[in-house]
Formats: sequence, C-alpha cells, structure tokens
Amino acid sequence: MAKRVGIEVSVAIGEVVTMTNTDVIAAYPITPQTHIVEHLAKLVADGELDAEYIPVESEHSALSACLGAAAAGARTFTATAGQGLELMHEVLYIASSMQLPVVMAVANRALSAPLSVWGDHSDAMAVRDTGWIQIFTENGQEVVDNILCAFRIAEDRGVLLPVMVHLDGFHLSHVIEPILLPEQSEVDAFLPPNDYPLPLDPAKPVTMGDFGPPFIYTEVKWAQEVNLRKSMETILKCWGEFDRIFKRCYHPVECYRSEDAEVLLLTMGSFSETAMTAIDQMRQQGKNIGLIKLRLWRPFPFDEIRSAVRDAEVLIVLDRALSFGGPGGPVASEIRSALYNEDKRPKIVSFVGGLGGRDITVSGFSEMVNRGIEISKTGSKHEFEIFGARE
Amino acid sequence: MAQAAINEGKFAQAFPSFGPERRGAPVQAFVRISNKEPIRIRAEITEPDMVVVFDPRLLHIAKVTSGLKEGGTLVINSRRPLEDIEAEFGTNWHLAIIDATTVARELLGVNIVNTTMIGALLRVTGVVKLESLLEPLKERFGHLAEKNISAMKRAYEETLVKESG
Repeated sequence: MAKRVGIEVSVAIGEVVTMTNTDVIAAYPITPQTHIVEHLAKLVADGELDAEYIPVESEHSALSACLGAAAAGARTFTATAGQGLELMHEVLYIASSMQLPVVMAVANRALSAPLSVWGDHSDAMAVRDTGWIQIFTENGQEVVDNILCAFRIAEDRGVLLPVMVHLDGFHLSHVIEPILLPEQSEVDAFLPPNDYPLPLDPAKPVTMGDFGPPFIYTEVKWAQEVNLRKSMETILKCWGEFDRIFKRCYHPVECYRSEDAEVLLLTMGSFSETAMTAIDQMRQQGKNIGLIKLRLWRPFPFDEIRSAVRDAEVLIVLDRALSFGGPGGPVASEIRSALYNEDKRPKIVSFVGGLGGRDITVSGFSEMVNRGIEISKTGSKHEFEIFGARE
Repeated sequence: MAQAAINEGKFAQAFPSFGPERRGAPVQAFVRISNKEPIRIRAEITEPDMVVVFDPRLLHIAKVTSGLKEGGTLVINSRRPLEDIEAEFGTNWHLAIIDATTVARELLGVNIVNTTMIGALLRVTGVVKLESLLEPLKERFGHLAEKNISAMKRAYEETLVKESG
C-alpha cells in the first residue's frame, strides 16, 4: 500500500527518484530547484541511493554529464530551473537528437532581467523546440507520478527520448502537501530496468552524434520528428499502465466540468487548481463554463485539443510566458494554429499573466473569464491582453 | 503544522514566500488546513483566519492584521502585557501573546522561536492536536527535537489569551 505523507514536493521527487534506482545524477543547484538535488545528494551520501552524484560546475556541464551517462546505458536524472535551463539550452537538442533517455525535473522559473527566482513558464517555453517530451503537472502527486512515468516513457525501446517534467517553482516545488508515495514493489512492477540498446562500450566502439552533412541532416531531423510524434502511443500506454497499478489516470488533455460549456478556460501547471476552484464558483452562479488543462506539451496533443474545445463558443487561454513582439502567449498561439483549419472552432482570447511568481487568485480567474467573454464579443485590437498589470 | 494535520488524515498545504534567501530578512509562510477536502488553491493567503507574528519588531514595519478576518486570531511573540497589545490592536480579534524569545533562549539557547510559536498557536486553535506535532518535530530536528518539543509545550502553557469582543 502506498504511504500518505505530508512532504515537500521537492523532497518527494528525491524519494521517488531513489525508488527508480537511478544510476547517475549530475546537477547544479539553482532556486527553486535546489531542494530536489540537495535531497538527492543527501540520499546518495547516506547510502540510501546507490548512484553516482556528480556535482558539476554549471548546468551546461550537468546535462553534458547526463548525456555521457545515458549513452553508457545508465538511468540518468537531473533537475534545473530558469536560467539553469537556459544555460543547458544547446545540450538539450543533443540529448533528444542522440536519443538519450535523460529524465529532468524543471522547477519552472522566470527569466532575468530583472532577476526573479519566482515561477512562470518562460523557461519551459524557451526550450519548446528542443525535441524533449514535456509534461506539465498541477500538484505534488502529479509530479511524483509523472517522474515515474517519465523514466518508463524515456527508456522505452520505441521512444528513447529525454523527458522534462515541469513543476511550478515555489507554487509546487516548495509546498508541503499530502502525497501518496508508492511502495518499492509497485515501482518495480511498473518500471522495468533500463536496457539502452546500444550503450557505449570500449569493447564495441561506436560513433554517436557524428557529422550530419547536407545529404543526411534533413532525413535525421525528419526521423527525429516522426519519433517524437510517435512517442504519443507509448505515453498513452504508459499512463494507462500507471492507472492499472496505481489507480490514478493521466491524459494529454484533461477536462474539468467542460461538458456542454459555452466558455472554456485553458491553463497549464499548478494554476489549474486555483482555476478549478474558480470554475466551481462560476458554475454555482449558473455560468456555463469549464476548464481544459493541457498536460502534455510535447508531443502536442492536436486531436485531443480539437475534440476538447470543438463545441465551445469561447476559449480563454492563460499563458505564463510572453513571446515578445509576437502573438502573445505561446500556448494560445499553438492552440490557434491547431484550430485554424477546423470548420467548427471557438473564438480564442489570449491572456498572459502570473509572470515572475505573481499569484492569480480564485477571484482573479473569475475576472479573467469575464473580461475574456467581453473581448470575445467586442473583439480586441491586440493579439493578447496582459492580465493584472498595473498601468 | 501541515505535516501534523496530514498525519491526522486531514488535508494541508504549507509553503514559504521568500526572495533570495538570507537569514534575518522578513519572510512569510502560509498554511491551509482542511478537515475534509483537498486544497485546490495555489496562491498566497490574503485573508487569513490566523496570523502568527514571530518577531515583535515586525509590528513596526508591517501591517500584520492586513486581511485578517473579523473574529480571527492574532498570535504575537511579545513580552509586553496583554492589555498593552489589546490597546494597540483593539477587540476585533482574539489575541494571544507569548514571550517566545525568552522561552527559546532558555530552552534552545538561541533566539529561534519557530517551534515555540507553534505551541502558542496550538493554544488558540484546535485544528491539530499537540501530540500530532511530536513526530514531524522529531523527524525535522533529530537530536534537537526534545528541546524543541519542550519549548512548544512550555509556550502552550504560558500563552495568554484574550477573546475578541
């Protein structure tokens, strides 16, 4: 039986990574990710996790060390946030294109300047196109569950791709809340040992990440794209298997009270919980409104999104990141593009808010929805509206 | 507090609010506790039922009653007389005071009042049992747990309470 404990989410990540019997952790501490790697370093030092903990000198080195470890067939974990993820940037592409199944927790954090250690999705959106599978989570339980799933998905022979599990900095990383920690036997039943097909071996040398001249580069990139899209099947199968063992179910797109809703709100990450509370209140007032939660960011769940929002009149999208000088929120922009060729589709209203750790309260979400409905009627001369900014 | 509540089978959520960490700077921390339902709000508490002030100097630099609900509770670490505190904060709220700095200095040997203030808080709320704190404190403080538990219990005994109205 799983154990229900009051535990900080970052510490719970350390506990569950320990249960996966990870071989190598290479990481550099950065707020708000620090407690994750701090706890893992302690578990390794105390002998509770038999892993190589490599305290590197930067995030660029952290992920580079992870690449080497994963290429040697080691189960590999790291974590970072904000500027740290940015410093890893060029190495992120190498992990995905060399098919190295690294699992990384990202405690989402805003980007400088001005210096902000607080949470938003700017870091995640900046690495959107790096070829990683990316999962967003809304509470501690989802973080722990999806860290487990991430290993299984990443290491699957039909996938072999790195996976990021996004958790909102502070809003999730630093919260003590009740979490069901799995039994070791359940983890063992769910997660087979890592069996990387072509591990580095001095006795059988291979070249990895070689030159890709013009005659082959396009084909390699196309193969990478096909593989990432195809990973959807494995992700769905993994979540199904997780449900069978742990009785908790995950989907690429999740709907909350959205049946027959004329107006839908779409969120990602921990703010979805506050949004659900706001939806409950608005439903109580007789408003016909529901919530769509986007869990799987890459591969993007086109079909699931289309069918989830098809019957609504208005779709209000909240982004916690800003595409400067562009279409506003990256999520809204992708949803627009996914729906543009559909015959039946809702009007889309885009808000950017919750930047740099600013809360959006329950009444804030109600206000956003009301303003969104107004914009859907009157139209707006702007691509998006910033939410809650002082003039 | 959150871990104690969760161990009692309740739902709870505790989190800090701070900037780049440095010792001695003003910080806030929040806890929500619910007997029945999972807590589905991810935002700081702006209308608390209870406010606990760890450092009396904060009374001069922050409005500690900001958002505090009518009939709510204010727990203050202070060596001033209760009447004095009542004169300052009025009768809208339940007031509780404890000289936590002295308790912590005497029992822990340092001016760190966190566990002492939990004792004062428990005195004015039945939301978790004092016994439920023992395990989380043992886990958190290891060989220092006994001293901290003594500080909590002494604060529980010595806290002075004035009901609102």
